[in-house]
Parts: sequence; C-alpha cells; structure tokens
Amino acid sequence: MQDNSFFDTAASVLLEPTGLETHHLETLLGRLCDVQGSDFADLYFQYAKHESWSLDEGVVKNGSFSIDKGCGLRSVAGEKTAFAYSEDLNYAAILAAADVVEAIGRRGQDSAIPSLKRAQSRTPLYSGVDPIQQKADADKVAMLHLADKFARGKDTRVKEVMANISSVYEVILVARSDGKLVPDVRPLIRFNVSVIVEENGKRERGSMGGGGRMGLDYFDPELIQEYSDEAVRQALVSLHAVDSPAGTMEVVLASGWPGILLHEAVGHGLEGDFNRKGTSAFSGRIGEQVASKHCTVVDDGTLQDRRGSLTTDDEGNATQNTVLIDKGILTGYMQDEQNARLMGMGLTGNGRRESFAHLPMPRMTNTYMHAGDYVPEEIIASVKKGLYAVNFSGGQVDITSGKFVFSSSEAYLIENGKVTKPVKGATLIGNGPEAMQTISMVGNDMALDSGIGVCGKEGQSVPVGVGQPTLKMDALTVGGVEL
Amino acid sequence: MSTLNLTQAAEYALEVAKRGGADQAEASLHQGTGLSLTARQNELETVEKHNDGQIVVSVYNDHKTGSASSADLTRDGIKSTVEAALSIATFTGKDECLGLADADRMATNLYDLDQDHAWDKTVKEFSELVLECEAEALRQDPRIVNSEGASISSYRGSGVYANSHGFLSEGKGSQHSLSCSVIAADENGMQRDYWYDANRNPANLQSALEIGRRAGERTVARLGSQKIGSTTAPVLFDPVMAKSLVGHLLGSLKGGAIYKKASFMLDKIDHTILPEFFNLSENPHLKGGNNSSLHDSEGVATPAQRSIVENGVLQSYILGSYTARKLGTQSTANAGGVRNIRLSNTGQGFSDLLKELNTGLLVTELIGSGVNSVTGDYSRGAAGFWIENGELAYPVEEITIAGNLVNMYKNIVAIGNDTDERGNTHCGSILLESMTIAGS
Repeated sequence: MQDNSFFDTAASVLLEPTGLETHHLETLLGRLCDVQGSDFADLYFQYAKHESWSLDEGVVKNGSFSIDKGCGLRSVAGEKTAFAYSEDLNYAAILAAADVVEAIGRRGQDSAIPSLKRAQSRTPLYSGVDPIQQKADADKVAMLHLADKFARGKDTRVKEVMANISSVYEVILVARSDGKLVPDVRPLIRFNVSVIVEENGKRERGSMGGGGRMGLDYFDPELIQEYSDEAVRQALVSLHAVDSPAGTMEVVLASGWPGILLHEAVGHGLEGDFNRKGTSAFSGRIGEQVASKHCTVVDDGTLQDRRGSLTTDDEGNATQNTVLIDKGILTGYMQDEQNARLMGMGLTGNGRRESFAHLPMPRMTNTYMHAGDYVPEEIIASVKKGLYAVNFSGGQVDITSGKFVFSSSEAYLIENGKVTKPVKGATLIGNGPEAMQTISMVGNDMALDSGIGVCGKEGQSVPVGVGQPTLKMDALTVGGVEL
Repeated sequence: MSTLNLTQAAEYALEVAKRGGADQAEASLHQGTGLSLTARQNELETVEKHNDGQIVVSVYNDHKTGSASSADLTRDGIKSTVEAALSIATFTGKDECLGLADADRMATNLYDLDQDHAWDKTVKEFSELVLECEAEALRQDPRIVNSEGASISSYRGSGVYANSHGFLSEGKGSQHSLSCSVIAADENGMQRDYWYDANRNPANLQSALEIGRRAGERTVARLGSQKIGSTTAPVLFDPVMAKSLVGHLLGSLKGGAIYKKASFMLDKIDHTILPEFFNLSENPHLKGGNNSSLHDSEGVATPAQRSIVENGVLQSYILGSYTARKLGTQSTANAGGVRNIRLSNTGQGFSDLLKELNTGLLVTELIGSGVNSVTGDYSRGAAGFWIENGELAYPVEEITIAGNLVNMYKNIVAIGNDTDERGNTHCGSILLESMTIAGS
C-alpha cells in the first residue's frame, strides 16, 4: 500500500541512519510538552535534495546540488511558541534542541503524551518519485539544449536564451503530541525558458515555464517547445508595446496566471493568523459580502500533481478544498493548528513552512476562482476603453490596508470592444475588498497557472498555484505613464 | 564521524576536489548561532533559537564547473558534497571564462574590520527589550489599536573562504536587529507602518524606545490616506525609498546583465547618466561598516574605495571574475555584491527639499515589482504624502508612480543630507523633477 511505502521511505531516510526509534520521538515530544502551558508540540523531520541546471549562450554553464536535513521542534502554549531546530539528526543533538525549547518556554509540569501511531492518511496526491534520480544528468542537459534550439529556431530576433531546470525531492515526517505520526514524500519540478530579443537596437525579455509535483518525464519535447515558443512570443509582443495609459479604467484579466490577483487581493488577507490578530482588512467579516456575487474563490490543496498541492500539510493535517468566498460572501479563513485552536475554527490543512528551520503558519496552496457564464470574447467586447492584462510578473499586498499591486508583463489596450495595441508593463493597484466588488463579468474558461508560483510571507517561500477564468473589473487603477 | 572546524573542513574539501581530478576548486563555509524573539500585544509570542552551518563547493575541470552545498560538515558529508560537484562538472559545458579569479588578484593583507560584536543578553533581557519596544509604539496614540508586534534578533557566525590558489580567509561577523510594526485605525480603516534598525554592533542600534516611537508615529501619520487624481508632479523619495533607486542603478550595472545585454545601462561607461552632483562610491574597508571585507567572495582584494559614478559620469560596471572575462576586462572585486555604498548629497535637509518640491508627492512606501531591468521602464505602487507649498498636506495611498529609469536618473534635482545610515547603502532623500502619478 502506498501509505506504508511513504512511512518506510520516511523512516529509512530520516530515522534509521541515526538509529532514531519511535520511543525517542515520544521522549522528545514529552520534553516539549513539559513547557509551561503547552497545548501541543510537534517534531518536523525533513530531508530535501535540490538540483538545478542552467543554460545560457547555448552552454549549460552550471549545475548545483544540495542536501538539507534537520528537525524542527516546537511547543505551543496559547499564543506563545518556543522553537529550535537541529541540522544533525542524531538523538543527542535533537535532545539538546529540545532542552533549548524547554528552557526558553519555562518548564512546567511533566506531561505524558500518547504513544505515536501511524496516522491513516488519504491516497497521496502525487507519486513518490525522486525526479533527480529519475533522469540521467546527460538527459537533463539535453532538455536545456532543446529549449535553446527551439527558442533560437523560432525567430532570428532571439539574441539570448536562458533555460533552467530544477528538481526537489523532499521527505518529511511529522510527529505530534496527540500521537499522530504522518509522513509525506514530495517531488517538485520546474522548467523555465527566458529569452531576450532585439530589433533595431531595442531589447525586450520574455519568459515562460511550468512544472508541478511529478517526475522530469513531464517535460517532454512538445512541452519544452511550448515554453520556448511562448517566451519568444511574449518578448516579440513587448518590442512593439506603446506606453501604458494611466488612471482608473475597466480592466479585463485573462485566465490562468493572472489569478495572482486573487492571491494578492484576497488570499493573504484570509490567512488565519492575520484574522486571529485582527490585522487584515477582512478581519471579522465572515458572512459579509466582500466580493461581487459573481465571485466564488477556493483554496484547494487537493489537486493531483499541482505545484501548490500537498497530501498532508507541514503539521500532518490533510489538505482540503476550502471555500473562502461563496458568491461574494466571505465563508472561511485558511488555518494552521495554532490559529484554528485560538479562533475556535476548523482545520483547513494550510499549515506550511519553508523548512524545518522555520515555524509553520497559515499559507495558501492552489487558490483560484470558479468559472462563470460568459465567453471571454463577450467580456472583451463589453469594454469601450480599457486594459486587457494577460501576463504578470509579480504582485504584493498590504493586508492591513488591503492595498495590492501587481505588475503586468503583457497587456493590451481595449478600444471599442476590440483588443488593439500592446502596452508596456503597467502596475495595477487597488484595494482588495473594493476591487473584488467591481468584478462584473466572469468567464467560462477557468484555468490554473502552468506551475511557477512562489509565495513569500515573513521571509519564508513556499510553492503555490493560482488560477481564474477571464474576468472584468469595472474600475481599477492602471499605473502607466500616458495621462 | 567527527565534525571539523571550518578551516579544516575547507582544506579537506579542496583536497577531495584535487584528488577527484579538479583543476581548480573553491569552498565557502559558514557556521553561526542566533536567537530571535517576537512580542505582540504586550506578550512574548515566539522565541526561536537558530543554529546553522553550510559548505558550498565549486569545482572547475577544463573550464567546466559544478557546485554543491550541504549542511553536513562531517568528513563524510564534505566528501559526498565535493563528489556531487565533481559529477556535475562532467555534464556541464565548457566556457573559457569559467574558473577561479586570477591568482595575482587574491587579497594578501588580511586584518580585522570590526565586523563581530556580541550582544550579551539573556533570553529574559531580550524579551524585556522587545516588549519595551512594542509598548512604546502602542502608547504613541490612542488610535493605535493593534499590532503586528516587535521583533529582536541577534546572530553571530564565522566564515571561511578558501580556494586552490592557496588562498584562505577566516572571518567572523554579527548581525543584530530590532523592529516594530503597529496598526492604527479610524473611521476610514486601518493603516500599518514600521521602523527598524540593524547593525553589526548592538551599541550602534537605535534604542528600543526610539524604534517603538518612530513605528507609532509613522503609523498614525498614515491615517486618513486618500487616493489622488492622476497627474504629473515632482516626487521626493524619502531616504529609505531612495535606496531602491540606487539599488535599481546598481542592478543595471551588474556584469551578468551587461554581458547578456539585458540592461538599460549598456555601453554607458564614461557617459553622463546622472546630474553632475551625483557621486556614488563603494567603500569596502570601513571599520565597523555594515558590509566590510578585504576581499570579495572569490578572494579578490577589494579596494578601500571605488568610484562607481563620478560627477554624473559612469566609471565602471560591477564585475566578478567570470563577467569580467566575458567583457574582456578585469574583475572589480564585486563577486558576491557591492559593499558599503555611499551617495553624495547636495546639502539640503529634508525640510529644505520639501520646500524645493513645493507641490507634489513625498513617497514613503513602494510596493510591487514593476521595474523592467532590460528597458528601465518603471511603474510601482506607492504611498506617502501630498505636499503643498512645502508642507505635508495629507497622506496618500493606492497610487502608482511611473517613468523610465534612464530619464528618472537624469531628472534628479537634489539629494538630501538626511542620510539613512542603516544597511549597505547610505543615502539621503532624492528629489525628481517630475513623474506620472496614476490615481483616481
């Protein structure tokens, strides 16, 4: 059974090399629970291999490889957390880290914890393949050369091609003071092609990539060609882009990656920690209309093989498909163990951490909007003068004021219902709750992104997914230079 | 399986690389410990103990390279890390420019630059300090109703860099910081702002009370922020935001962007790219500086001072050995980055600059990543204050400022003497003649 094989993998990678046994983990958890007022404690064992290869000027110039392993130890008492970690998986070293947690948390009563049992978990959402082992290094190098060949072959204006392939193989084991022992084996791959084109001395960049939780076979020649062609197409469009308009106007967002809007405009503001602390523009607003009735937004960590998916979150809880906004009404927050407890709300499986050396907190998985009824052409046709934004390079939000920005890397003017000239990268800025109210049309073409998202919060990066159908916002500020 | 000290570990890594057939090799190691605490709403929230170590190895074989890293500093761990790098170097392609920096450029005179200071406090003393900082912020104004908390962190570590030219350098460094972020609310909604300080020497840090006070004042000042109509106006970047303009300039001068022709500052050496009063230098040897070192991350000796822009004229790019060879020139000892950047000023204080601006925008926050490093096109979300007749009129938010960096740099009309001395770049406020502001 798949379930047991993950346990076996976790035990062989994380416990057996240093002779750790279940009773050691129980003793450690007992120590952590001795902290005064401790509600719960956990051990997070992690082994992560990273490999990356990069090409530029037609040469695979560098490859790098790293192995990280360690154990994070945490004891939580109400709103307080004591945390330490060890990069050495020997029992003595981990015990020393437990002593640190006990010392900083102030020792309370000796506590007994239930004996650890393998938790029944769901069928894994991805295979336990090790993408680094799965393909020979020479094949990885050949894949990069293929991207170089495709991109240069696409157009003579292509001057530089940069391609990168990276793979992660991660094995984790969560041991919890409630007696649950939960493993996960997580592959993660990413391929990226970036080009620079030149025409009459003018240069522009374009890039495209994708990936997910699977082996490197996913990047077949057809997909590599698709990434290369798309990078070239974007760069060529930018060569002829005119200055972007400035001011408040109707904005149509394309399907897929522009879902980064939801991630910034509402996603972060619905994370449990900010709402427990009352620091989010969405705090205390469950049951209220926070978006137009066309909007249903979910965070779904259960999608097969997706970059943002997890079979279990980093606290050993199963991920879920959580409805955040239902037809415009705020219905829920994303929670981790501590914030769910403090708010008296249910777990949603959103407790994530960058590594054993970081504390978990509520984080998004795959955040997207459900499809509506309009065909995309109909949405564009409804705009007299506005902006059609197709691709974005990134975004950021101030969750307290609700202000978000995102930067377009491919956008066009809409004039009299028709997409006309491409415009240079413009920043879109708005207020999350207000902007979501102005969504007046939602397309029937829901799409997820290609698997490239990285989300940063309090210095911790985690892979995420976003998605949305084509949609129209009636009023959003576009930060161009043309008044 | 005994753990080696960093110097032994570096020497062992180079030995394994040599035995494995590498022409050249380099190893960079660090080890450190730290403590960080956060407090929120007058309660201690988290206490974290950090304990890190890492080795990064690069090997070169016939101008082909491979790199590997690991936290495992045992002999076995180092051996498998070097072997991983050697294996990679059999699959990567040849590039004549790859390799160690030239042997005759290695730093020879190594001495102490005062980079390491202890912050001798117990967990209890740190917690008192962080609580005091937040409490001071909370008491600034009754409209401060909530908090993201205050945090304090103290880190000390040692590092070794060694390469097969026989170069080996050991160093120690510390980093201590204190920050606070609070939330104020009125009938128009919530606003958040923060203040922080960071330094290698805790004696140089602003006090917990000072940081708390400024976090509180800055937050309250943003209450009642308005959106303004789209317009064109002069823009003053406060010293913290001005650093980002210097940062975009430095980014455009990096060798990697130049040799790939992916920069808006291509072919601009000896060209006037900024006003005549603009002088930008790097000062790697400053005693007690926030980022001082006698050599770069390849062992190349750094100069005490190097001019990057002089009287508005671009003097040089920012190069390590690889990018220098790509461009047919010499490394500027900037592998790993620039050190202790200093910008000249035009003599005015902050209030003088507000008067000079007269009516326009003061930017105190920028969000989003809207800078195209190839073309210089610039469009970012901004917040700050509208200025009328040289005085703060009201706070503004949810606007963008846009332009092209090539023109923005030429449009700088003044640099204040209100220098922010935190971090790697020290500069004052920067006044731009005009930018497009998009709002309602």
